Amino acid sequence: MRYLPLTHDDRAGMLAKIGVDHIDALFADIPADKLLKSLPKLPAHKGEIEVERVMGRMAARNVSASSAPFFVGAGAYKHHVPSTVDHLIQRSEFLTSYTPYQPEIAQGTLQYLFEFQTQVAALTGMDVANASMYDGSTGCGEAVLMAHRITKRNKAVLSGGLHPHYAGVVQTLSEMAQADVVALAPDLLAGEDLLSHIDETVSCVVVQTPDFFGNIRNLRAIADQCHTHGALLIAVFTEVMSLGLLTPPGEMGADIVVGEGQSIGNSLNFGGPYVGLFATKSAYVRQMPGRLCGETVDAEGTRGYVLTLSTREQHIRRDKATSNICTNSGLCSLAFTIHMSLLGQTGLKRVAEINHANAVALADLLDGVSGVSVLNTNFFNEFAVRLPSNAAHLVEQMAARGVMAGVPVSRLLNDGGLDDVLLVASTEVNTDEDRAAFVEALKEVL
Amino acid sequence: MGETKYTKDHEYIRLEGDVVVVGISDYAQSQLGDVVFVELPKAGKKLAKGDEAAVVESVKAASEVYAPVSGEVWEVNAALEAQPGTINEDPEGTGWFIKLKLSDASELASLMSEADYKTYLASIH
Amino acid sequence: MLNRQGRPTTPGTSVTAAHLTFTGNKALAQIEPLIFETGRLDVTGVDYAAPKPFKSRLGGLERKSEIGLPGLSEPEAMRHYVRLSQKNYGIDTGLFPLGSCTMKHNPRLNEKIARMAGFGDVHPLQPVSTVQGALEVMHTLSHWLMELTGMDAVALSPKAGAHGELCGMMAIKAAIAAKGESATRNVVLVPDSAHGTNPATAALIHFAVKAVPVRDDGTVDPKVVAELAGPDTAAIMLTNPNTCGLFERDVVAIADAIHAAGGYFYADGANFNAIVGKTRPGDLGVDAMHINLHKTFSTPHGGGGPGAGPVVLSERLAPFAPVPFVRHTDEGFELVEDTDQAAQHGAHAFGRMTAFHGQMGMYVRALAYMLSHGADGLRQASEDAVLNANYIREGLADLMSLPFGNRPCMHEVLFDDAWLKDTGITTLDFAKAMIDEGYHPMTVYFPLVVHGAMLIEPTESESRASLDLFIATLRDLAFSVQRGETERFTGAPYHAPVKRMDETRAARSPVLKYTPPEPILDAAE
Repeated sequence: MRYLPLTHDDRAGMLAKIGVDHIDALFADIPADKLLKSLPKLPAHKGEIEVERVMGRMAARNVSASSAPFFVGAGAYKHHVPSTVDHLIQRSEFLTSYTPYQPEIAQGTLQYLFEFQTQVAALTGMDVANASMYDGSTGCGEAVLMAHRITKRNKAVLSGGLHPHYAGVVQTLSEMAQADVVALAPDLLAGEDLLSHIDETVSCVVVQTPDFFGNIRNLRAIADQCHTHGALLIAVFTEVMSLGLLTPPGEMGADIVVGEGQSIGNSLNFGGPYVGLFATKSAYVRQMPGRLCGETVDAEGTRGYVLTLSTREQHIRRDKATSNICTNSGLCSLAFTIHMSLLGQTGLKRVAEINHANAVALADLLDGVSGVSVLNTNFFNEFAVRLPSNAAHLVEQMAARGVMAGVPVSRLLNDGGLDDVLLVASTEVNTDEDRAAFVEALKEVL
Repeated sequence: MGETKYTKDHEYIRLEGDVVVVGISDYAQSQLGDVVFVELPKAGKKLAKGDEAAVVESVKAASEVYAPVSGEVWEVNAALEAQPGTINEDPEGTGWFIKLKLSDASELASLMSEADYKTYLASIH
Repeated sequence: MLNRQGRPTTPGTSVTAAHLTFTGNKALAQIEPLIFETGRLDVTGVDYAAPKPFKSRLGGLERKSEIGLPGLSEPEAMRHYVRLSQKNYGIDTGLFPLGSCTMKHNPRLNEKIARMAGFGDVHPLQPVSTVQGALEVMHTLSHWLMELTGMDAVALSPKAGAHGELCGMMAIKAAIAAKGESATRNVVLVPDSAHGTNPATAALIHFAVKAVPVRDDGTVDPKVVAELAGPDTAAIMLTNPNTCGLFERDVVAIADAIHAAGGYFYADGANFNAIVGKTRPGDLGVDAMHINLHKTFSTPHGGGGPGAGPVVLSERLAPFAPVPFVRHTDEGFELVEDTDQAAQHGAHAFGRMTAFHGQMGMYVRALAYMLSHGADGLRQASEDAVLNANYIREGLADLMSLPFGNRPCMHEVLFDDAWLKDTGITTLDFAKAMIDEGYHPMTVYFPLVVHGAMLIEPTESESRASLDLFIATLRDLAFSVQRGETERFTGAPYHAPVKRMDETRAARSPVLKYTPPEPILDAAE
């Protein structure tokens, strides 16, 4: 077996040295009747050729985003990632290292985490960011619990524009943690009245912008109302690239900003692994979940970095920790950092503009198709379209014609009465030909 | 200056009239290591004996400080927030945490004298 | 013509005293500034053509402030991150005996497969008809996990081990609620030797945590569990093999005691890698167990993630598994994505752990690893991991102290610091001296139940020669301790890119991001 260096003779010699005559003597604490007598009923080992063949066959049964005009979004986006990124994250010293608990031999990881935290704080317009969460949705759940700790209240109000999966994560976590959730109805046109739900019993309000339906929301009035009543505003985003072009939540009064960072540096991966971004105000840093990297000096005064404020975390605090989180999304945050370093603010702004331009071009084309209407007055790179027929059915028909048209809202909100609404995303990878193919296929199936 | 008494959780109190000064013992600070953060209650807060009065953190450990006796928080040592190292340097002097206005003087009887505390420390080693 | 010029081919007189360099660099060890100190705001390393003029539809919420993040050209970025990587220790660098973390070889075949367009470049919300192969991966992985654990169902979506714990405990909470016992059954028993995530997880969803003391041999006593268990017991969270590197030999009696009290048995599967193919948690009475794909099944640790923490469930917890899950029907694979849909299939899904379907990238790698090993290879890997740990135990038992006596361990061996008493050298000092010898230290100060713990997990990836050198090195260090060569330890590491870090300073006045220096104002103005 190619991954196991010990030979048969090695094993025999080592057992002799230990002073036992059979490997099972080392497993003697397993009750004898529970020790397996035969191998599990699974195939035997395979060489690289066979494994690649078996896995390749499964891969071939999936339609990849690059192989079709592709407009699917709703929280995960097809973007161009520079080749440099994937090369660098596969460096052994990044890929095969562990959480930097021994800082003297982990300065590489620690320094990029410090760079990552700086980038996330700058993008969101906040004071501090942590070293990443599992993804945007779990980060959102953690943000709500953090708000409860700060306000010592127990009720979250969720905007109807929040991604339904994110709302689902918050609701599951809240139900289990015996906290209250007021989830507003799906808010297709960003017309909901959030302000009237904010009072002295509310811990936090969770608002996404651009929201699930693509609408860009001004958070200022909500932030003011929250602060008047001692509540916190949690701003959520699922498309981090939008921050290249839009006013960051930190400048609109958000107390915690949390979102999905997949679009920068990370491929689609059928939903994971991704990277959760989490930022807040300095005053709340000790209530933050997750790892934090901080600058310090070594014994000779040389600048360096360490994990810090770890008394918040489970390995010290145990049942009093701010969260049970142990892992972050290290390698995905590295991919984010490298891609962001390549882009810089100049590149990010440019690619965000292209996203917006492509989405506007597509919206204009779709508005021209008879029976189809774009519902948003404003959007970044994704918008909602009303169709004359069932969106889920239409998406299947379009896929049969080789076009990945988008996400039917009913897939995530099956009782929302929005069966005829389709979410369509367009990024920098889409071309004029892609858009033309979309319109042509759409006309055929309508 | 009044007599200093100790708890098994390594808090101390020192009587100053009807107010008691509360902090952590020299042994406690040595076990924690460099203190990096304290969280103190607000003046006016009423604490029952055994309630969590403060939190003290080093790099490697976090620990609750419990009220050794019942009373109202009369004063807090706000200087600690900026200079938590004071707790290491002078735990039973300028490194005090809070002053409590005693509500039940009889609770003092349950605490250890300095000599008893030294015996106790020897016993847990 | 004979050329008598040219370069010398012998080293010449060696200079013993190293001198300071102009740059501060030491040959391959380079000092590397932050990107914010070298990048420029108007530079970008990615070329995109400007869009054609268009009418913006941003609703008046355009960003007006500068982001303030500089960019790097491609060669600059490449050099920066390569230099950073060179300051890191990885499995590929050397033996990485970090107990409980399982730093085993990460096959690159798995990286290659995860990057196939059909896996890496697939969107989670594409029509299900276009992702049948992805669902097949999830289905096949589930099958392997159930077969290896002897359990009835799998919840794949948890993102990491601690997230898996949360998922398993949520399933238990849901099952208790379904029986109408929520008000009374709310205590979770957690042994003192447990990972910190166990009590943190239980507390997060409002279980009261009751500690179970560990007996003198480092394991849990079923009699103690039976005494502590009662009508208020929701569950026990037991790591097996435990964090002392020992198999809980009374696991069946512990399971029986918990079940007799009406509670559930949650197993922390962090150390499953010791027993794959040797015994099955399902046969030991386990109701739920998370599996760290990044430990047992070798998906890369990546400097602290991403992980993946699928949870296997017993028959009585299976109906409560969260969405989404995959079903195999005559028409192919389907994805059940919400609780209403789940109910149509008779399930009582407790909710959702994460957006989308979990860590697909990790599923692909783990499955490729399993297929490569096969049933025979997986069992051999467990046996080799256990053999290697015992070989180290045998090699060091006469010099270092074993808190629970010199008896066989599982995949990791635990020493304490009794042998360092009165030497002036701590566990941490010893660990730092290992860095100078080219090793990553073992896990130190965990588990908490022994003083100055040193937990060594070599994994099956080490050859006998590698283990021999490791043992010889630790023996040399131990002799050095005996000779009183304190400075070798207290000042270590001497040869790492940086010396020991001031963690107190980092925590007292946290600097958590780069702030540009204030511009120096011209005093003359």
